[in-house]
Amino acid sequence: MATMLAESRARRASRPPSSSHVVRRRRNAVFKHAGLWVFMIAMIYPLIWMGVSSFKPGNLVLSEPGLIPSEVTLENFTEGWNVLNRPFSVFFVNSLIVTVGSIVGNLFSCSLAAYALARLQFKARKVYFAITLASVMLPMHVLVIPQYIFFSELGWVNTYFPLLIPKFLATDAFFVFLMVQFIRTIPRDLDRAAWIDGAGPFLTFWHVILPLMRPALVTTTIFTFIWTWNDFFTPLIYLTSVDMYTVPVALSSMVDSETQSGIGMLFAMSLLSLIPVMLFFVFAQRYLIRGIATTGLK
Amino acid sequence: MARRIRHGAGVRDASAPASAASDPDDAASSGNPTAESSGTRAAASGSGRKFHLRRQGRAAHVFLLPWLLGFGLVTSVPLFASLYLAFTDYNVLSSPRFTGLSNFERMLSDDRFWAAVSVTARYVFISVPLQLGFALLLALILDRGLRGLAFYRGAFYLPSLLGSSVAVAILWREIFGHDGLVNDALAWFGIEGQSWLQNPSTALSTLMVLNVWTFGSPMVIFLAGLRQIPEDLYEAARVDGASKIRQFTHVTIPLLTPIIFFNLILQTIGSFQAFTQAHIISGGTGGPVDSTLFYTLYLYQQGFNSFNMGYASALAWVLMLAIAVVTAIHFFLSKYWVFYGDD
Repeated sequence: MATMLAESRARRASRPPSSSHVVRRRRNAVFKHAGLWVFMIAMIYPLIWMGVSSFKPGNLVLSEPGLIPSEVTLENFTEGWNVLNRPFSVFFVNSLIVTVGSIVGNLFSCSLAAYALARLQFKARKVYFAITLASVMLPMHVLVIPQYIFFSELGWVNTYFPLLIPKFLATDAFFVFLMVQFIRTIPRDLDRAAWIDGAGPFLTFWHVILPLMRPALVTTTIFTFIWTWNDFFTPLIYLTSVDMYTVPVALSSMVDSETQSGIGMLFAMSLLSLIPVMLFFVFAQRYLIRGIATTGLK
Repeated sequence: MARRIRHGAGVRDASAPASAASDPDDAASSGNPTAESSGTRAAASGSGRKFHLRRQGRAAHVFLLPWLLGFGLVTSVPLFASLYLAFTDYNVLSSPRFTGLSNFERMLSDDRFWAAVSVTARYVFISVPLQLGFALLLALILDRGLRGLAFYRGAFYLPSLLGSSVAVAILWREIFGHDGLVNDALAWFGIEGQSWLQNPSTALSTLMVLNVWTFGSPMVIFLAGLRQIPEDLYEAARVDGASKIRQFTHVTIPLLTPIIFFNLILQTIGSFQAFTQAHIISGGTGGPVDSTLFYTLYLYQQGFNSFNMGYASALAWVLMLAIAVVTAIHFFLSKYWVFYGDD
């Protein structure tokens, strides 16, 4: 029976495919690609439209919605840049401070916690790990009000501390979890060798584990960047003066004062705000895709 | 709960870091290098192992210091504080006044609360299945050696990356506005458009479309899952004479159910908490006529516009319980349709 099956399979495999079969397969592939292209363009079209519209005079954005502008101008960028009575670079710098601070905070605090949870032996370890997992699921809204009260008692409203300090305290439990899982894939022989050479936990962490967990650190960096850069809720709550606004809050306050001619500027500044994320998309796509595929991140 | 999710996740990509996930238990049993080596040493000197364990315990707590502070000050204290505040009347200016269940009674007769519940429920239960449907469909089309896979995958993924930004919400306002792209496209077909965002019966659907638009990230997860299905299962099915359709319904779908489940849980929890898009599109009001009043938006208005911190805390706890209940129901139902291969 088994040999018969094997034979029939071998025969089928060796049979030269008929030419009509090949033609049909190729035609199917062409249809598939054509369909995918149409769908893809429909998906991406709004973004392209925003990009092109940024270079049109504001009053033409909606009245001439095509992709080929009858008039090209940089007005939206030059005027939009100062529309909130200070150069937009202020908001970019603010966003950069918050984003870079968050990345440093997450890398520092989450890697320390993850090493302890993945490698060191102590009584409360399982409990701590369970807590980490549980807090991944905890919606932030249930914490945000007491946190706000607490931070305002400390006089931290309208500073970046409420945005940054939690990152330095490993509150993005997701990344702790990600790093724990990664450290577990690093062969223990390496720690053992370091241990035999007389390295304690700190030296082992610094010289062995940290260099080896680079992929997890890269994933953490990328996603912290994108999430923090796009974050709107937290800065909206804590940042009260325009000079402190991050880019999303600044864009939102532009919306509030929108007029018909403002659409061009709104698009131009929105486009600029997306550029850093786009750059990550272009240059770190491999890490992004792997990050989502393995963790379910957005 | 977490274990089940990771079980689902584990199927996705064996070479990937997170899927090397093991239970905390088995990591404990495999021990760690230091414990093992100190164990052999302990055979020689009885107190050696204990010493090393104590030293490790101390080191562990040094490593965990930021985490412990964070868990204490930023997570657990606020968690219990908000539970307490949920039973008080608190407007920040005067100290909280205990009012028992009155916040929850107030919810029952609060029309805007019910509007928020209805808006959020419709958003979650309509847009998440649609989003996952698109994700699965595209993943199936892209799977199995299609040329240009990486390119398509990247292009379809891009909206997921940008979807939560204020910039895209601004774009959406103009697309669905009265003179926006959608109406232009409809005019092409001779259909007269309308003001999608001003119309209470269509405003929410524009946000659902936005959520469906971000199907790229579940799609990437599906693609990774599809790659995990062993080719010999299809081979065996072919040998048994199964048609393409039967292969799909009897091999692909059952083996993909853990990942469908994983995506379902993830996107459901995420969609319950959607905020930015509704805030930008409605100018923070949740209008027209509360038709885009997402639950979190109402919570924000109560907490940070009206400073009803007690009521907002109660709303937050109801949200958390709702998410927990929906997740629990999903886990309960998963017994009937998710196939883990081990039974």
